[in-house]
Amino acid sequence: MSTDSAPVAQEPEIRPTHAPPPGLAALFLAFARMSLAGFGGVLVFARHAIVDQHRWMTADEFNETFALCHFLPGPNIVNLSMVFGSRLRGIAGGVAAFTGLLLPPTLIMMVLAIIYARFGDVEVLRRILAGISCAAVGLLIAVVFRMMTPLLKRMDVVVMILMLGVFTAIGVFRWPLQAVLLIAIPLSIAVTYVMRRKAAA
Amino acid sequence: MSSENPIWALISTFGLMSLFAVGGAAAAIPEMHRIAVEVHHWMTDKQFADAYAIAQLSPGPNVLIVTLIGYAVAGVPGALAATLAMCLPTALLAYYVSRLLNRPSQSRWPALIQAALVPLSIGLMAASALILAQSTDRTIAAVLLTAMVAVIASVSRVNPLWLLLAGGLLGFAGIV
Repeated sequence: MSTDSAPVAQEPEIRPTHAPPPGLAALFLAFARMSLAGFGGVLVFARHAIVDQHRWMTADEFNETFALCHFLPGPNIVNLSMVFGSRLRGIAGGVAAFTGLLLPPTLIMMVLAIIYARFGDVEVLRRILAGISCAAVGLLIAVVFRMMTPLLKRMDVVVMILMLGVFTAIGVFRWPLQAVLLIAIPLSIAVTYVMRRKAAA
Repeated sequence: MSSENPIWALISTFGLMSLFAVGGAAAAIPEMHRIAVEVHHWMTDKQFADAYAIAQLSPGPNVLIVTLIGYAVAGVPGALAATLAMCLPTALLAYYVSRLLNRPSQSRWPALIQAALVPLSIGLMAASALILAQSTDRTIAAVLLTAMVAVIASVSRVNPLWLLLAGGLLGFAGIV
């Protein structure tokens, strides 16, 4: 990501743009705060807190860390908390950030689950939830549409076929995720590799 | 299947699923639905859609829909087991990979793999939208509300929370 074009004497210990690394409690609290502020996605809040507010990482370092978490499976922001915390404070820091990110919202979720189990059949709540569900699906469609736009602009037929294939196999035929991905991932990597070779040639 | 310990079923289900969640939580929704509703009958289609809505409405990572699924299966221990099973294995994997890649490598593979995964995760998220829409959009009004929110969220930068609350209000008013 970052290229060292200028021949600067790099001393990794002294990074003037950085605040000193936080303690475990500070990590826990920072991630708890991000998590509770993050309605419908924590990432924006995480970037703001880590890069702008606390200056624990530069924007480039954050992007690099996020890119790594993005290409690995699992919930990205959760992976990010573990990787980020461990880069600052070792495995204990990773656990502190991970716990801070997950513990408060998980507790909230449990309270909501208990309320739902008890009052989920109440007519008023049913109607409210039905309305929220519709809006939530609408939001998801908007996200999908936004992500698709660059692909549609490139009019990349092979990529479109891959996307449609996964959509049909999982959404329409309801095939198991593992089986579909064990075929789709190697295929997509091979196609991407060949296309990049062609582009480079 | 029903004879096995539900906590263990949750841990094995979500632990395995997390390793195949390319593109995060929204991409894993179809598989969660398949397993929770169709395979194990842990919840009804409607309850699953409700769980998705509740997870969207509350703060924190969207992946926490698994907390609700876990609770439906085995109460508070189930909720904790499902959450940790979905979050911890991949977080540890990320930790080890980040240590391996601590030296900025010149390898093109991470970027290439990421580019290769993009169309797959979009396909998965589109499948999520389809499956959730099938269980929520049962009336004309519901379809219209979903379409309206989709358009507004696509063309404007309005905070998603307001749109969810507006949906809830319309539901409360009995319009949807």
